[in-house]
Amino acid sequence: MSLKNRHVISMKDFSREEIDHILDTAERLEPVARGEEKLKLLDGKIIALLFFEPSTRTRMSFEAAVQRLGGKILNLGSVEASSVMKGENLADTIRVISNYADLIVLRHPLDGSARMAAEFSSVPIINGGDGSVNHPTQTFLDLYTIRRESHLEGLKIALAGDLKYGRTVHSLCYALSLYEAEMIFVSPPELRMPPEIVRDLQKRNINVKETDSLEKIIGDVEVLYMTRVQRERFPDPEEYEKVKNRLKVTGDLLRNVNPNLKILHPLPRVNEISPEVDSTPYACYFEQAFYGIPTRMALLALAMGVIE
Amino acid sequence: MKGKRNLKVEAIEKGTVIDHIKAGQALNVLRILGISSDFRATISFVMNAPGSRGKKDVVKIEGKELSVEELNKIALISPKATINIIRDFEVVQKNNVVLPPSVVGVVRCTNSKCISNSSEPIKSKFSVLQSEEGVTLHCLYCEHLISENIAENLL
Repeated sequence: MSLKNRHVISMKDFSREEIDHILDTAERLEPVARGEEKLKLLDGKIIALLFFEPSTRTRMSFEAAVQRLGGKILNLGSVEASSVMKGENLADTIRVISNYADLIVLRHPLDGSARMAAEFSSVPIINGGDGSVNHPTQTFLDLYTIRRESHLEGLKIALAGDLKYGRTVHSLCYALSLYEAEMIFVSPPELRMPPEIVRDLQKRNINVKETDSLEKIIGDVEVLYMTRVQRERFPDPEEYEKVKNRLKVTGDLLRNVNPNLKILHPLPRVNEISPEVDSTPYACYFEQAFYGIPTRMALLALAMGVIE
Repeated sequence: MKGKRNLKVEAIEKGTVIDHIKAGQALNVLRILGISSDFRATISFVMNAPGSRGKKDVVKIEGKELSVEELNKIALISPKATINIIRDFEVVQKNNVVLPPSVVGVVRCTNSKCISNSSEPIKSKFSVLQSEEGVTLHCLYCEHLISENIAENLL
């Protein structure tokens, strides 16, 4: 299977076979990501990082992935100092930069910007997050983490927190539906999973439950995917305080859980997972952050056709 | 002597008649077809005309046979409209409008953060989905769904 010259814009562009192939490749590259082996697959390649909004984690993990594979990075630098401030549109920026680099990683605040960039680029585009829509490399690393630390096929998973606005959970649900996962959505009523997504999953014969309580379901799941509930989603600060405390993973909550439970979180966390959970065998979120490196290495190498 | 109905809109010798348009949508039909003041052909239309299936609008475009592709865009706002191609006062072709699989540059995405609403050199692009509830447009850029007020968001 070749993914050469494929853009990575949305999870929906990938079949289950292609996702499996990307995860297999990430697994092959994991020793390189850990620095245990050297493999200069991207020797002589230039990767442009165009980040039009702040991001530490995604950006640094792409930089680490490129450098582990021996590639060179071309940075946009600050948006303020670039031609964007002179009024250049994104389409022109992409047309120009795609002549400088072998691949472009794009993060942009507008929804659908990565899809548009792909139309104007002569090299593959990897979407590093476009507005509130897609962040496929996060989903690939979430899937990789679940596969490495638990299993994907027929998984029983709870997704908790802000399910209304969280782009990572929407795209993860879609991807997990390809593996016939059973899903429980845990959120305050204000932040429930959009009904069109629930309906869409049900149409795919996915077993979906919704609740507002972690206690009720924590004993039944193999993976708990936590997300941050943002204060700004609540007009009333008191309401936020109540919700924040109801959706919190503590040592107490984990007393009667599946011994193989794994807790994931895209990070940064605020207080939805207590620090005491970090040292339990359930905590998986820091390993998950590391898995971003082999996953992004796989996507870079496959899209540039330096690995099959 | 001409009947009263003929006085409203005369039969045309040659051109396109769009019939059974949802009442009140005639102006939107003209918009969706890109017909504006610089259009040379004679256009006549009736709004809220009584018909066998309730009130309807009718648009007649003289001397011009519009392509099926153009006319099918009407299905977005009036799925029961019919298209009649007229030659020598005779209907030579009669079709129902059919929803096109996609539309480009016809509707504005209602997501204000969509890249197609910015100053980029692109046109809005939607795939068209039909369900029991009606027509839904799926933005091919931002993945936003529009199922209501399509007529109000015509470009």
